[in-house]
Amino acid sequence: MAAAGAIPRPVRGAPIIESEVVAMVIVVFCEVMFFAGFLSGFSLIGARAPAGWWPPPGDPALPVAATGGASLALLISGVAVFWAGRRLDADRAGALRLLWGAVAFATAFLAYQVFEFVRLVSIGFTMVSSAHGGFFYTIVGAHALHAVIAVAVLSWAVRRLSAGDLRPPAFTAVRMYWYFVVGLWPAIYTVVYL
Amino acid sequence: MAQSHAHDDHAHGDHHEEGWFLKYFWSTDHKMIAKQYLLTGMALGVIGAYFAYVFRMQLAFPNKPVPGYGLVTGSDYNALVTNHGAIMIFWVAMPVLIAAFGNFLIPLMVGCDDMVFPRLNRLSYQIFLISAIVLVSSFFVEGGAFGGAWTAYPPLSAKAEYNLTPLGPTLWLAAVALEFVAFLLGGINFVTTAMNSRAPGMRALDLPMAVWMIVIASILFMCSVGPLIAGAVMLMFDQTIGTGFFDPDRGGDPVLWQHLFWFFGHPEVYVVLLPPLGFVAEIITTFSRKRLFAYKTVLYTTIGTGILSFFVWAHHQFIAGVDPRMSNVFSVTTVLISIPIAELCFVYIATLYAGSISFRVPMLWALAFIAEFLVGGVTGIFLGASGADIYFHDTYFVVAHFHYTFFPIAIIGTFAGVTYWYPKMFGRHMDETLGKIHFWVTIAGFNGIFIPLFILGAAGDHRRIFDYSNFPELASPELQAMRVFATVSLLVMLAVQPLFAWNFFRNMWKGKVAEANPWNANTLEWQCPSPPPHGNFNPMPEVYRGPYEYSQPGRADDFWPQNSPT
Repeated sequence: MAAAGAIPRPVRGAPIIESEVVAMVIVVFCEVMFFAGFLSGFSLIGARAPAGWWPPPGDPALPVAATGGASLALLISGVAVFWAGRRLDADRAGALRLLWGAVAFATAFLAYQVFEFVRLVSIGFTMVSSAHGGFFYTIVGAHALHAVIAVAVLSWAVRRLSAGDLRPPAFTAVRMYWYFVVGLWPAIYTVVYL
Repeated sequence: MAQSHAHDDHAHGDHHEEGWFLKYFWSTDHKMIAKQYLLTGMALGVIGAYFAYVFRMQLAFPNKPVPGYGLVTGSDYNALVTNHGAIMIFWVAMPVLIAAFGNFLIPLMVGCDDMVFPRLNRLSYQIFLISAIVLVSSFFVEGGAFGGAWTAYPPLSAKAEYNLTPLGPTLWLAAVALEFVAFLLGGINFVTTAMNSRAPGMRALDLPMAVWMIVIASILFMCSVGPLIAGAVMLMFDQTIGTGFFDPDRGGDPVLWQHLFWFFGHPEVYVVLLPPLGFVAEIITTFSRKRLFAYKTVLYTTIGTGILSFFVWAHHQFIAGVDPRMSNVFSVTTVLISIPIAELCFVYIATLYAGSISFRVPMLWALAFIAEFLVGGVTGIFLGASGADIYFHDTYFVVAHFHYTFFPIAIIGTFAGVTYWYPKMFGRHMDETLGKIHFWVTIAGFNGIFIPLFILGAAGDHRRIFDYSNFPELASPELQAMRVFATVSLLVMLAVQPLFAWNFFRNMWKGKVAEANPWNANTLEWQCPSPPPHGNFNPMPEVYRGPYEYSQPGRADDFWPQNSPT
């Protein structure tokens, strides 16, 4: 900046990162830290519990295999959104079908989680039965809440896309949020279920 | 892109007269939102100061009715101290330093017409206002306001049978959570606008330091706040539905809250510190007519400080039962972080060296900021050493230490910023003489409050006692005399604040009309009219140089505006 003098400077170029994308990077980063708080708390308490006391002996075993299967549905939805993003310019109708497919798969995942929560609560595993139960429902429930938001936002985005009324960076931001919801799940599954 | 985007959201080209409600309450204009934040923050500052007055009176003159309040009970005292801390940090320092000045300065300093997402900005203030209302309402519910300290440690904060305030803690947590949402929305705008809306020709390293500091502070806030929100969710569940996250009986861990809280809480110190450091950079360069010494060093040092601030949090927990070996690690990182902060102080002093200094009111505040913050920093080293902290923890030494950091940040920083940018905000000048009287009495009063508290703390005075008459060792006449001295100093300091209010509000209408650039400063906000119209600049500025080109040889003027082609 020294001695810049009166040299004419270039006019403003295109932004390196579009504003919608910057905003979504910030949102996703906050969300990652939010879940990192939960997961580190969960791990810390598990690590500090005496051997054999975590998860507490009275708590039922979590449905590892069934949830693993449901996780596949969520991962498939992530792949579908990825491919839709790649094919949007070449094959718009196909991309929109892929996006609706992603919405369907994620909804199936959420439906499974409702089923799982109802079953676990019915056998006496609740938020207040132990700290383990509290963490389980809070972490998995917080993720499910984000998945509901992601489904709503993606559905909105697909309708706007169908109408040709969505700026490309906004669509990028929506996809980023979707990847966040999908990508976060394996981390939660590994820490909470396994 | 950002530019055209902002244009679309509100057609400012043809300025139409808006209704009173739309103009003052439903505005998307960054300057109006800044003023909303500023006045709300200042109003809450009055509440926070009133709380301090009440509990300092109780400490100095125990169990006598406090004029303007009445008799202070133990639970009153707890609620007042708790909410004094929470209000001053979350509802005064944050909204004024980051939200008000960030909103006002960033679009003006980067040379654009408004924030990238103006409606998000409006939503940010509205959520903030709701959070403030929720907080204040907690004083009027059954059992009264939360009294478990602004750090809200469980189990005291988690169980109504311990804190005796069944609703206060939940309202308090809800208010804090809403406030954080407001600042996340605001922060998105600050970062995006500084990145994408800069005037043509303005490079990243041409940004004034105030913009950099607010942007870095916003990023620090966003990186640190997530775990605390997670902790707040858990604490709220513990309070309301009886989960056991922080209950050792049921497999939980109360120290977990402390980690989640301080992982946010320590970076938060830097979140509120950085904006006033930026204001000071603007003010001392303007009033010493010198280029900022080592611009890039300041920038990279600040970024380094921000990163390091994530690795010091456990120094708040040295006696909370954390492993002493871990305490050693955190002692080292804590003492390390004093190096970049000391460096910033040296850089600012080097900026002053051989400058043509004029002691205008903003300059006095800026210099006081450096001097007083230095005291806060130096005393922090005692507390950062885990061995010394075993003695000092929970004494008035700690109280004095963090007020020597937070008072310069929240109060001196605000006065520096307000007195410097007042002509731009309102198009009028404040009165210099009144400003100087207000400055000197405030600074003398502040030191009169907290120097005795250092001595009290070193004498072992515990900070969480509301009536010392039950503690004969601490109720000695010598120690009590210092408490009275501190309280009287507070009264003196508070007595002079109406002078500022008079100076501030009266001169909005009666002050001497300010020209566009009354301080002969370089940065872009001074190159548009005072106060800036809707849309700020006409024509939009183009930038040719950095922000601190003062006293350049060979120029007739001793300043060189960033947008001046010649």
